[in-house]
Amino acid sequence: MQANTIQNRPIIEVKELSKTYPGRVEALRNVNLSIPRGQLTTLLGPSGCGKTTLLKIIAGLLNKTEGNVFINGQPVNGPGPERAFVFQDFALLPWCTVLRNVAFGLELRGVPGKQRNEIAMKYIDEVGLTGFEKAYPYELSGGMRQRVGLARALAVDAEILLMDEPFASVDEQTRRKFQEDLLNLLKIEKKTVVFVTHSIEEAVYVSDQVALLGPRPGRIMRVINTRLDHAENVEDIRRDQRYLNLVEDLWQILRQYLI
Amino acid sequence: MSKYKPKTKTGLFKRIAWRVLSLVLVFGLWEFAGRKPISIIFPTFTSTMVALMNLLIDGTLLSAYAVTLVPLAIGVALVGFLGIVFGILMGLYRSFEWLTLPVFIIVQSAPMAALIPLITFLYGIGLGAKVLAVVLMAAPVIVLNSYRGIRNANPTLIQMGRSFLASRTQEIFKIILPDASGMIFAGLRLGVAAGFIGVILAELLITPTGIGDLITYYRALALYPQMFASIFSIVLFASVVVSALQRLEGILFRRQQCTS
Repeated sequence: MQANTIQNRPIIEVKELSKTYPGRVEALRNVNLSIPRGQLTTLLGPSGCGKTTLLKIIAGLLNKTEGNVFINGQPVNGPGPERAFVFQDFALLPWCTVLRNVAFGLELRGVPGKQRNEIAMKYIDEVGLTGFEKAYPYELSGGMRQRVGLARALAVDAEILLMDEPFASVDEQTRRKFQEDLLNLLKIEKKTVVFVTHSIEEAVYVSDQVALLGPRPGRIMRVINTRLDHAENVEDIRRDQRYLNLVEDLWQILRQYLI
Repeated sequence: MSKYKPKTKTGLFKRIAWRVLSLVLVFGLWEFAGRKPISIIFPTFTSTMVALMNLLIDGTLLSAYAVTLVPLAIGVALVGFLGIVFGILMGLYRSFEWLTLPVFIIVQSAPMAALIPLITFLYGIGLGAKVLAVVLMAAPVIVLNSYRGIRNANPTLIQMGRSFLASRTQEIFKIILPDASGMIFAGLRLGVAAGFIGVILAELLITPTGIGDLITYYRALALYPQMFASIFSIVLFASVVVSALQRLEGILFRRQQCTS
């Protein structure tokens, strides 16, 4: 295959995916979605629309009922080294220091101690937690804990970051700062990101592409390219007229599905 | 579970003062009840303490404990190891759980003390019978706590492990076991407390030895201060041991308790 076609091909393809939980709860129905390489795609929708289910199927943490997910053309049958997950409730090991938590993915892969600590220190620094390597999760605020979760996902050097409402458990001010830091970080780390949120502002702010999911059973209602230039100064985005219009447009679409 | 931590010296002083006050109150009531007296066999606090001192000085108490602690230590060590392993296996393997869980649930809810006289028929009156009494009393809580610790291991952490490609062995040793360790240790502490009950029951119901012998002996001779001193000493000893374990638990598993 030519390099060109690999680059143009979507890194993640979701095809006719359906998920029914035991007890006949239909979470997803016939979902089709392409996620372009190197971009940040948000799954946006109301609570219970199946967006986390979709993300966890892409991650290989949940089984699908029908359809398929392809990563780089390969069907997903479980978690893989090219994907790293950031959890809504952080999922840090409370008995381990920040350093060991960040290095945990590498530890599981059998990377020797010295080497994995060096890698972990680099990412601890990148997420702005220098000086907290020896701290334990209970000594950190919610925002700092999620930075540990992000550093852990970055440390395994996966192409794809899957983020499940990563800022949902964090207060508003911390969330804004974290969103800005995430965008700056993604300029350095070239990643494909799939990001789940129920916040319209957050979706528009961080994404290149927003996939709107309708309420249960979850379907993709529309995919919108934000065309915001994230390479610009991240602090200016919130004042950008395109940003403001998009937030309003998305609200107009979403409100139709709410009762 | 909130823990009161004194931040200042006055806080510490206050805390100690309250404890001393409550002890003074209890022992004062005891002294009062003994002097009144509420019953001719009920000794005063002071006469009990004098008897306790004498038993300590002449070595009676020490040699009694040397006897009592042997089956307790063997029983707790045995069930501490095997019970925890058993509980962990029950938590990890469904088939093992299916086979053994009902037994332990029945054993836990049954009044095990009623079975202790039965032990004599099967195992005689020696050390083995007493060890078995300790094991019978301590095993259910140790096994079931270990089982529940494993079964209630944080599912998000397990999912995290899987997403970072943990093998089943890594999942067990790096996530499930450390996560369950606090609850397993709590089971061990409750097991030690139950073991004390087991060994004293065995000494009272099977053959009088050790501290059980002292209690029976002084009761027969109507030496009530000595009898109460023996009872007081075992209550004190057991509560000191169990609360020391609780302290240790607090120090060891402080981190787990503080985060979700």
